[in-house]
Amino acid sequence: MSKAMTGAKMVVQALVDQGVEVVFGYPGGAVLPIYDEIFQQNHIQHILVRHEQAAVHAAEGYARSTGKLGVALVTSGPGATNAVTGLTDALMDSIPILVLTGQVPTFMIGSDAFQEADTVGITRPCTKHNWLVKETDDLARVLHEACHVATSGRPGPVLIDIPKDVQFATGKYTEKKARKSYYQPQVKGDITSITELAAAMEKAKRPIFYTGGGVINSGTAASQLLRELVATTNFPITSTLMGLGAYPASGDNWLGMLGMHGLYEANMAMHGCDLMINIGARFDDRITGVLDKFSPNSKKAHIDIDVSSINKVVHVDIPIVGDVAHVLEDLLKVWKSRGRKTNAEGLSKWWSQINEWRSVDCLKFKQEGKIIKPQYALQRLQELTKNHDRYITTEVGQHQMWAAQYLDFEDPNRWMTSGGLGTMGYGFPASMGVQMAHRDALVINVAGEASWLMNMQEMGTVTQYKLPVKQFILNNERLGMVRQWQQLLHGERYSSSWSESLPDFVKLAEAFGAKGIRCDDPADLDDAIMEMINHDGPVVFDCLVEKHENCYPMIPSGKPHNEMLMGDASTEGAITGSGQALV
Amino acid sequence: MSPLNIKKGSTSHSAYNLHSGYGDLIERHTLAILVENEPGVLARVIGLFAGRGYNIESLTVAETDHEGHRSRITIVTSGTQQVITQIKAQLGRIVPVHEVHDLTVEGPSVERELALFKVAGKGDARIEAVRLADIFRANVVDSTLESFIFEVTGTSEKIDAFAELMRPLGLVEVVRTGVAALSRGANS
Repeated sequence: MSKAMTGAKMVVQALVDQGVEVVFGYPGGAVLPIYDEIFQQNHIQHILVRHEQAAVHAAEGYARSTGKLGVALVTSGPGATNAVTGLTDALMDSIPILVLTGQVPTFMIGSDAFQEADTVGITRPCTKHNWLVKETDDLARVLHEACHVATSGRPGPVLIDIPKDVQFATGKYTEKKARKSYYQPQVKGDITSITELAAAMEKAKRPIFYTGGGVINSGTAASQLLRELVATTNFPITSTLMGLGAYPASGDNWLGMLGMHGLYEANMAMHGCDLMINIGARFDDRITGVLDKFSPNSKKAHIDIDVSSINKVVHVDIPIVGDVAHVLEDLLKVWKSRGRKTNAEGLSKWWSQINEWRSVDCLKFKQEGKIIKPQYALQRLQELTKNHDRYITTEVGQHQMWAAQYLDFEDPNRWMTSGGLGTMGYGFPASMGVQMAHRDALVINVAGEASWLMNMQEMGTVTQYKLPVKQFILNNERLGMVRQWQQLLHGERYSSSWSESLPDFVKLAEAFGAKGIRCDDPADLDDAIMEMINHDGPVVFDCLVEKHENCYPMIPSGKPHNEMLMGDASTEGAITGSGQALV
Repeated sequence: MSPLNIKKGSTSHSAYNLHSGYGDLIERHTLAILVENEPGVLARVIGLFAGRGYNIESLTVAETDHEGHRSRITIVTSGTQQVITQIKAQLGRIVPVHEVHDLTVEGPSVERELALFKVAGKGDARIEAVRLADIFRANVVDSTLESFIFEVTGTSEKIDAFAELMRPLGLVEVVRTGVAALSRGANS
């Protein structure tokens, strides 16, 4: 079943066979044969970005909002090095993307040729796996293998480096299923451990589900099973930044996000629980706070497909290696067969304790006067968009945390944010990828003005392809999170943390042929947001907000969950000693 | 790091439980890593150790199954039990890594290293060097009137001991292959 074709044609053929519909890319000398093939077909749409970093983030946005593979195509040398940030971002957040890079011809590799870089060497630590293909006969096999590796097990970014002569030469195209990959990660969890967990759940007085991006990555079935599990146990549930939407924010058992800027009730429940059930999260330092005081009196179970996540930073008592959906399916079966027993008395006390914590209302704020509070802007955005088919991306910083706190997510794959790497400049290109996957949906990038400027060149892309993405910029003319840390940690010496010489965002939008809206009065906010939603095309929304608002609650560096800062009072000297060295 | 800094194996020969209870005892483990013999696989393994700050005490690598495209990497590493577990898990998730075996915990194993020693000298020192080489069952693989090259095979400790003895006798240069190790018994 093997057909002869050029390497360049194989690339397109393999992508078609893999079901790829969109490729984000930027041409250059070393990928011209592939671009020539793309020109001559109609199966795959190519989106020309304005910078290679944006191509990779757009592929990420596509992947995160669909669960499918995202694909980017860039040239050798600078094209490949510009892709590195996106690859690292996808690696940290376990996002399945395929990046194809051109390379100088095989006979020139190692000669410091024009636009040559050691792409596989540079990207080895920031991909799940990568390949340099030196024979056209190997290309189709590697393309299929790469798609398999990216999407199986713990997903991640893969890269194929294709020298130009390999693209030109003719070889044999092998079909998708020609050879079974040796990479076959274990998806079923150990049933003994699952039974042990079920038994622990029956006895637990103060249990909590702590879920993460692994639930989203495991597919929509995993989210369904999680909801069923929460309903049948009546345990409280919290989630990391990466896992928002797996359990609906409107659900009764929802405690909100946990972690450094998580909700009071979520963090207090994590600290006080006696059984912690980690489902597809990884005890990240933004979650745990200081490790030796992290949830000191709990038994901990951990479900993760990646064995290296288990016992990496926190010792767990019941490790279960497997895919979340598979493990939850088995767990539910065991749970039901044992009669769905819970410690009703303990659980009811636990809920009344949690409701006490909830009554603190840690997200409360006062919108007074003529200046828009960023929290208020997001609250209104939530209110006015909640009935839409809505997807949210973010940049990185205060606005990102406020978005996680004040926007509600009812379904998985609706929230695309750079969690692990914290990449400023991620949100705008990611919103393009999301919009490509969901052409009729309302896609909003909640941004800060500083992050947004990092990839603002993509205004060209969104106007060219008429992508109606909404750039909702909370403009405080500051690097808000940096400023907040300088206030708390560095004696209010605001070193380089304000945005000077900002552009006029409305004029900037208009210069690219898009719509710009500015709002600086709380009274006008609703109308302005509605104008943004109702405009059929890309919008840059410049929302001028309170300049010195801090993001709370906050677990200061070096502190445990039960020592949160709740507001602007008594923050002086909150971070002491070794905590100052932490980021 | 470790309060006592006792090397691996010491505890099993002591009447006392020397484990600190804090789990920060540094252990030395020999890992056998079976990998797909593809370009860059060694770089991936070494890059993992460098990138995550693990130690490599010895590294040996060669293709062992040409038809099956398999290579075997033997690494001697050290760290706390938690670090060793993490190293094995991290190695296991590298795509072209097929199997990771911890020979130190998976039952008895044999470890051998080969080393070449160049020793230069005259008179009594030269005679003493040959006599000691004989005791260590070292082979003379090159000789001139003023030098020998000895080939020694054995455990790392034996090689260390031989090096110590040769140093005052005119040791010029040493090369060691690193540890090669196999588990005992009929199973692979």
